[in-house]
Amino acid sequence: MKKLISLLAALLVMGSLAACSAGSEEKVDTIKIGVNLELTGDVSVYGVPERKAFEQAVSEVNAAGGIDGKLVELVIYDNAYDQAKAVQNTEKLIEDGVVAILGSATSGMTMAIAPVAKDNGLLVFTPSGTNSAVTMDGTVVNPWVFRSCFIDPFQGRVLANFASNDLAAKKVVIMVNSGSEYSKELARIFTEQLNKNGGEVVETASYADSDTDYKASLTSLSSKEFDVLFVADYAKNAGLIIGQARSTAGLEDVKIIGPDGFEDPTLNDLAGGAQNVNNVFFSTHFSTLSNNEKVVKFVEDYKAFTNEESVSVFAALAYDAAYMLFAAIDAADSTDPQAIRDSLESLPSFSGVTGDISFDELHNAVKPAFLIELNNGVAVNATIVNP
Amino acid sequence: MKNYLNKRNLITLVVVGLIFFAIQFMIKERIITAYMRSNLYWIGIYIILGLSLNMIIGITGQLSLGHAGFMSIGAFAAAVVLKTNPTMTGLYIGIGIGVLISLAVSFVVAVPTLRLKGDYLAIATLGVAEIIRIVLNNLGITGGASGISNIKMLMSWPLLYTFVILTIFLTHNFKNSAIGRACISIKEDEIAAEAMGINTTKYKVIAFMFGAALAAMAGSLFSTTYYIVKPDSFGVNTSINILILVVFGGMGSLSGTIIATFIIGFVNIVLQPYAEIRMILYALILIIVMIFRPQGLLGSQELSTKLLPNFKWKRKEKSS
Repeated sequence: MKKLISLLAALLVMGSLAACSAGSEEKVDTIKIGVNLELTGDVSVYGVPERKAFEQAVSEVNAAGGIDGKLVELVIYDNAYDQAKAVQNTEKLIEDGVVAILGSATSGMTMAIAPVAKDNGLLVFTPSGTNSAVTMDGTVVNPWVFRSCFIDPFQGRVLANFASNDLAAKKVVIMVNSGSEYSKELARIFTEQLNKNGGEVVETASYADSDTDYKASLTSLSSKEFDVLFVADYAKNAGLIIGQARSTAGLEDVKIIGPDGFEDPTLNDLAGGAQNVNNVFFSTHFSTLSNNEKVVKFVEDYKAFTNEESVSVFAALAYDAAYMLFAAIDAADSTDPQAIRDSLESLPSFSGVTGDISFDELHNAVKPAFLIELNNGVAVNATIVNP
Repeated sequence: MKNYLNKRNLITLVVVGLIFFAIQFMIKERIITAYMRSNLYWIGIYIILGLSLNMIIGITGQLSLGHAGFMSIGAFAAAVVLKTNPTMTGLYIGIGIGVLISLAVSFVVAVPTLRLKGDYLAIATLGVAEIIRIVLNNLGITGGASGISNIKMLMSWPLLYTFVILTIFLTHNFKNSAIGRACISIKEDEIAAEAMGINTTKYKVIAFMFGAALAAMAGSLFSTTYYIVKPDSFGVNTSINILILVVFGGMGSLSGTIIATFIIGFVNIVLQPYAEIRMILYALILIIVMIFRPQGLLGSQELSTKLLPNFKWKRKEKSS
């Protein structure tokens, strides 16, 4: 037993030595891009697909000859969803001489590395940090942080456009959770955009986060005349509302729309069974159901590259982030971090698998959403809706 | 009246000063890079955490799995104060508030739970840490589940070193004080200690509160080093990570904890390029060490200059 263990230990040491010497071979003409992701720990389910998507994007761009004749090389570190590791990784990446950092997958880790990146003048590009504070440095924008996903309340704009254009709705009723910032922001932005589109919010009904019985407000709503019911909340409340609306006279078939909070496996159960979840639409970052040719190609390539059955939203967002960074480096004609940052900020609309993306003044992505239609509780259709 | 300026204390003082200036010089000359420095901060903060937990587990023999809970109290106290007052004074106020809250919470927790023994205490402390985490998750002032971000970074080598030396000084003196000896007797044999007239509950509570206060201090330093705090950074995993340092170094050995923290910090640096595989290798190293040194690196011994002549003398006697 002891011999076996010492043998193992010896092998381990030799292995690490070999790996070290292999890593020290300097290639001259490469562009190093740092990756700082949650590859282990509680949220590795976000980080791992993003890593694969980054690797896929890099292998594709290298197969096509690289950027400006230079090959792209990823330096990947795991932060284990631990801010101490995230900060240390960032400092290591700076020493490794990367030109920009892709990651992290969560808002928390991105906010931990943002100050370090800012102090050292290095770009941080998160595919999936949706907290509105991520790109901010106090009350002003952090010039070094960008994201390729939209922030939560932004969906209000897309949903309003979807209601006006795709559902031809003129009159909308909103149900708002008065205890949730997410819900209130969504309702506010939705109302603004709907008014711009010439529609009208007939009524906004509020409820408390802890409510479970919505019959009273639903019954009073059923006497109103409207086309679409917008439930601005997570599945916890929205599922119950959908179920109770379907058993309220006059609301059996009304179209219900909602944000990405609907994307939750418990939605059908909360609604009292999948048969109640018809004529329900929600917005999300990405869907493989779309028949957009870019999406179809990406899904095929990703499955071939990773040997996996499913493509997660995180992979799609990461794939777009990687290509946006490549485009920025290409446009900058330079590997200077400052030049890359400026180039990314002024990047004209970028056409990716999650839609055409550009940045607003706070470095949040302005981009379309995927509107998923639920039929008997199953996603049957995805439409891309522009902001 | 004891003579505090004896030869041993002077030598210690000189060594402490030399280490400080040597590292300070290396940081200034950039021999220690920003990356190494942030690893040094990690090691320093975890030395404080390890030593504080060693007071409870190693000295008093009470298994606590909730140390991260007390760390989070200090972390959030400092973060909240630093948001409104981002200065050194703010940090010290934050540390003070964190330590006070931690003392109060640990007292409330300790009095009933330290009557429990062994596994029961471990589960009770685990529960306490969860309660603290859930309270932080739902408290408005601490920013809920997403925590507090953009905390002013005030960590520096002199600040870290001051607190590490302060902790070593306090824990070393605690261990060798009358209270510490009472605690050790509780670890060795609780019934015998009680028979000798030691109020076991009282000393267990003292050790527990002492450890909790130091953990809060380390938590405050943590929040000013890593820019953000969020409640889920202080879950069971963090408690276990601190526990590893204590077990790895040897329960009851202060120098063991310090050496173990340096080794684990170093292992983390070496393994960093391996991304996911890192955690497997890390676990493997721990398993191998635990197979060969189940009592920890130093057992319950301390690394001391006194060991050297002793060692030689024993060897001579054996050979003769």
